[in-house]
Amino acid sequence: MKADPRGVLTGTHFMDGDHACCEGALAAGARFAAGYPITPSTEVVERFAARVPVVGGSFIQMEDELAASIALQGAVWGGAKSFTVTSGPGFSLMMEHIGYAAMTETPCVFVDVQRGGPSTGLPTLPAQGDMMQARWGSHGDYEIIALCPNSPQECFDLTVKAFNFAEEFRVPVMFMMDEVVGHMTEKVVIPPADQIEVVPRKHTRKTVEEYLPYATNGDMVPEMAHAGEGYKFHVTGLTHDERGYPNMTPQTQQKLVTRLQNKIRSAADRIAMFEEEATENADVIVVSYGITSRVAQRAIDMARERGLKVGKLRLIMAWPFPETKIRELAGRTKAFVVPELNLGQMVREVERAAAGRAKTILVPHAGGSVHHPEEILAAIQEAVR
Amino acid sequence: MTTLVNPTPINPVEPFLRSDRMPHIWCPGCGIGTTVNCFAQALIESKIDLKTLALVSGIGCTGRVAGYVKLDSFHTTHGRAIPFATGLKLANPKLNVVVYSGDGDLSAIGCNHLIHAARRNIDLKVICVNNLIYAMTGGQTAPTTPGHAITSTSPYGTFEPAFNLPHLVEAAGAVYVARWTTYHVRQLARSIGEAFKKKGFSFIEVISPCPTLYQRRNKLGDGLDTMKYYKEKSKTKHGAPTSEIGLTMQGEIIVGKFVDRDRPDYSALLKAQMHESLGERYVDYDEEQGYVCADGGCAEDSCH
Amino acid sequence: MPLTELRIAGFGGQGVILSAIVLGKAASIHQGEFATMTQNFGPEARGGACSAQLVLSDKPVLYPYVTRPDVLVVMSQEAYSKFAPELKDGGTLLVERDLVRVTDLPAHPRVYSVPATRLAEELGKRMVLNIVMVGFFTAITQLLEPEAVRKAVADSVPASFRDLNLKAFDKGYEYGKTALAAGPEAADLEHQAVLSQEAQ
Repeated sequence: MKADPRGVLTGTHFMDGDHACCEGALAAGARFAAGYPITPSTEVVERFAARVPVVGGSFIQMEDELAASIALQGAVWGGAKSFTVTSGPGFSLMMEHIGYAAMTETPCVFVDVQRGGPSTGLPTLPAQGDMMQARWGSHGDYEIIALCPNSPQECFDLTVKAFNFAEEFRVPVMFMMDEVVGHMTEKVVIPPADQIEVVPRKHTRKTVEEYLPYATNGDMVPEMAHAGEGYKFHVTGLTHDERGYPNMTPQTQQKLVTRLQNKIRSAADRIAMFEEEATENADVIVVSYGITSRVAQRAIDMARERGLKVGKLRLIMAWPFPETKIRELAGRTKAFVVPELNLGQMVREVERAAAGRAKTILVPHAGGSVHHPEEILAAIQEAVR
Repeated sequence: MTTLVNPTPINPVEPFLRSDRMPHIWCPGCGIGTTVNCFAQALIESKIDLKTLALVSGIGCTGRVAGYVKLDSFHTTHGRAIPFATGLKLANPKLNVVVYSGDGDLSAIGCNHLIHAARRNIDLKVICVNNLIYAMTGGQTAPTTPGHAITSTSPYGTFEPAFNLPHLVEAAGAVYVARWTTYHVRQLARSIGEAFKKKGFSFIEVISPCPTLYQRRNKLGDGLDTMKYYKEKSKTKHGAPTSEIGLTMQGEIIVGKFVDRDRPDYSALLKAQMHESLGERYVDYDEEQGYVCADGGCAEDSCH
Repeated sequence: MPLTELRIAGFGGQGVILSAIVLGKAASIHQGEFATMTQNFGPEARGGACSAQLVLSDKPVLYPYVTRPDVLVVMSQEAYSKFAPELKDGGTLLVERDLVRVTDLPAHPRVYSVPATRLAEELGKRMVLNIVMVGFFTAITQLLEPEAVRKAVADSVPASFRDLNLKAFDKGYEYGKTALAAGPEAADLEHQAVLSQEAQ
């Protein structure tokens, strides 16, 4: 279906990434957000608080991130599209509820505008240190989807996509921004509502008697009902059966958790989002994401000026990780160069998927700024030697 | 020998329960089932439309209530029933949202949310079953455990001062505050019914036995002995100042309705402020529809 | 235009960020170029020195930060001391004449100055000094079409202040055209020499 025009600020704007993310959420149909202020993400909810009352919704500033990350899920079960926004320390506090959303299959979006960590770290400066946390931060086995915008324009476009993936798979989607992307201002074009595709809630059409809240119909994603419709369903974070009832046996655990993983894993190749360029005859392929991909592009351009055959793979979707793509590329390139604003996170995935068929070279950076393109260039030159 | 008049007696509260989930996990002598009985009785008496009723629990023995009631019911995470219920109520204001949880869940790990929901005056009905201990995890000290009581983490006796929950929530802004014990079944049911009629944050504390962990470890007998204690030591004092009703070990229990007042709830305040600041630009908070996504409704022809 | 790095700096309340937004909008929305703006955040950005950075280019901007600005616009002495050393050799330095004393220039910039605050006061509102500066910038650097910048001014300020801001832009622009015709300010360099003599 198409976006509700009330939430779409169609036009050409000069807007920062945080504000563009908020506009993306409104365009996607989010009418409720619960948040707790934290730099450098607060501008998202500040804008939402200002905009949503005239669109038809509300924002509540909760007492902490634990409250925010579960209040949004209450709103989802009440029928709203909903999200929360945070940064490192708050993201850490939200982990239990990311697990709850995964277990209860609550479609929602968690925006993390990454800053330097660990702990309070660098509140106003960038990092990409939460990438593994986004995937593995809550206990137990589960899968999520994570997107990494590299411009304010993508903060808009991909926020819409994040909500769409959340609804399609009934999964919490991590929107992994970084301080630079969040705070940089660029041109953002918001198209008319009828050009924005929005995935509706996967609401059941079954009768009360027929409806089983966690029964699947072949595609591994159950149909949802909302409170107040008469279904009298039960939702629990405990291991549960198709009725939604707690059922704490190894068999039910196996069936449920396997499905929670497979509903994402089996779709990984279909939904993968990346930008691939000049990888055919590349001696080196630079794999990057978020703000680092822009710095990497400068390094790639410099390397090409020097006659080196360099390809590019930009991860737009970091999770599920595009294993198939990396495996394919590993068969025809000598090395991957992976710059990230952390001391080595996604590089582990690249290395694992490459499985020794291509060298993997990390260009680490602890955060606080971005790489110098020269550092990445040096790694490219090292890789082809 | 007596003859059964009705060979298959139907428990009047059975329609409110998920009988396919019985037997429940609660111990013999536990008071939680009694409170559920009272809750169901209140639903019958108040003739509330069950379709509009949603029940949210946290974690713990009382947290399991959500799993046994035949309602839209949410068994959330430890301590977070209230913020979940807050989101649920705000997104879908036509729902009657009940939070049903224990003293540890609501007043320890979830205490921050308890006081803030009372401050905001979110329209929630909170039923707090207070068994003075952490029961699900094996009898550890709770913020409500009275002085000198033995628990598994206070083997030499509790010495921390305990929370007086009615006093706490009154100070934070609740519009309705009552306390009963599981001996006071009729009064409790009536209180729950009254809370449903209030708009705003209502809090009912129910003192309840945990024979397995609290009574046994403190050599206070079984469930029946506890009923006798409740009967003998309870004193009904409606309107008693909540500052004077703290609990002591095996001491007097002041029960009754302590607070019944009116102040605008969160959604009324929200709407008033937005109208004041935005005038006609404000898209009114629709008490019927809330923020339910346009595409979220079920097909009318196939749904109930 | 080729990749151009620009920094605008002053103290809090001068409208530093808005002036960068206006220039970024002019370039990216009204003139079809690319613009990326970043700014300093956090407690250190409130009051005191305030700075916005803008990268302009005819190709998408990759690296978002300014390293060696081609153009530095300063509206306070503190901002001058902090940022003048990073100005590119041969770059352009635009200063608020009454608030900044140009001393110890490390590079060899072309210097132009404008009494932006005074010109703004002549229009009746000191707060439009940033837009006077934007007009001055437009005339001196010739990086952006004046009409594109005027449009950006018009859609960046509240409707009730639109005319005032457009007047401020025009005033700065006219002042800049005259200053550009006169050439870089030898006078200021002499002034600098005088200052350095005084210092000895």
